Amino acid sequence: MMTNSRQLASTFSLAGLALASCFMLPANAAAADEQYAKAARNYDTYCAQCHGINRNGRGINSRDMSVQPRDHTDAKGMGDIPENEILKVIKEGGLAVNKSVLMPAWGNVMSDTEIREMAAYLRHVCNCGSGK
Amino acid sequence: MNRHLLAALGLGLIAGPALAADGIGAGLLKSQCIGCHAIAKPENTSLDRLWERKGPDLYYAGSKFNKPWLEKWLQNPVRIRPAGELYARHVKGGTKEDVVDESGMAPHPKLPKADAEAVAEALMALVAPAELVSKGAFKGEKVSMAMGGMFFGKLRGCGACHMAKPGFGGASGAELYTAGERLQGDYIYSYIKNPQQFDPRIWMPTLNLAEPDLQRLTGYILQLGATEAK
Ligand code: HEC
Ligand code: HEC
Repeated sequence: MMTNSRQLASTFSLAGLALASCFMLPANAAAADEQYAKAARNYDTYCAQCHGINRNGRGINSRDMSVQPRDHTDAKGMGDIPENEILKVIKEGGLAVNKSVLMPAWGNVMSDTEIREMAAYLRHVCNCGSGK
Repeated sequence: MNRHLLAALGLGLIAGPALAADGIGAGLLKSQCIGCHAIAKPENTSLDRLWERKGPDLYYAGSKFNKPWLEKWLQNPVRIRPAGELYARHVKGGTKEDVVDESGMAPHPKLPKADAEAVAEALMALVAPAELVSKGAFKGEKVSMAMGGMFFGKLRGCGACHMAKPGFGGASGAELYTAGERLQGDYIYSYIKNPQQFDPRIWMPTLNLAEPDLQRLTGYILQLGATEAK
């Protein structure tokens, strides 16, 4: 009997946990949005002119560019770029990683922290993990 | 009539209109323009301000523009930034690449001739601090257009965001094919050397250009305007 009621209690508390986590899910999603809000705003200001408001590499400037901007929704292409290269190309520009001069250096506009947040946001956009 | 009175009248006639123009122009700026333009250096330099402001800053206009261009443009304003200010608020996804969304872009207020002249006068009085626009920085040397064009396009990537001729190039920055008529050389030099000095959050990055690049690109941009105007 005792065992039974104990089992019952633990079942309840498990259910309670499950219930609680149900309520927590949307909260977590909101927290994720908030986590990326600043990076997304920076993206819309600085990156979207070339990489596009839909993050697909087709920004307003892309039409006449001789090298097309990277599609940030491309999980394969983005997943292949190591983390340190992503940080470097944002801060120092394309030439610093043997890529196009058309990707300029943003190190005088965004702080190191903002650049790290941007790199994390890019992983979120491509849905391609944390790189190698 | 006595001589002193004549002299005083003469002085008044000379000083009068100039003073009045100054007063009228400054008055017009305050009544018609400051809703969209900062005519004093803003204290708030956040990204939020850039998204909220309705037009480019004019507090250093006297060190940026050529007066004849101002007088002409204020009477007949034509688009300078192909996607408006700021571009991200006027862009939508297109079938291929993003396109300008004209719906949110109102025509610029137009001034009658006398008002345009008075306002241009008042704007030219808004001189930038010396550390912002360094006087005499541009040495004024002639540049080969072929060489300049190669640096502007291929080598330094300016064409990604700017047009050096109508209809070709980027749309997030100001068109530069009329810049020779519009802008002062020292301003172009100072701006491309460090755009963040003008606005720490502006979306033209500092491109770390060396002195010969700064001279060459400034000369090229000024000559672009000159060739266009002919
Ligand atoms: C409703 C907002 C609005 C008002 C009011 C307004 N402007 Fe503007 N102004 C703009 C915008 C937006 C631009 C950018 C236009 C472009 O790039 O094509 C601009 C551009 C300019 C420019 C060129 C600036 C540059 O950096 O290229 C000048 C000069 C100017 N305005 C002067 C004035 C004056 C003088 C008045 C008042 C008589 C005025 N404006 C009123 C919105 C406004
Ligand atoms: C990533 C985009 C980008 C690149 C690359 C870029 N610019 Fe800009 N440029 C801008 C923006 C944005 C502005 C300011 C826009 C505003 O005030 O509305 C600007 C402003 C300017 C101005 C001042 C124009 C004016 O009317 O006030 C000049 C001159 C200029 N750029 C030249 C250059 C040159 C030369 C290069 C290459 C070395 C270059 N830009 C590269 C985006 C860019």
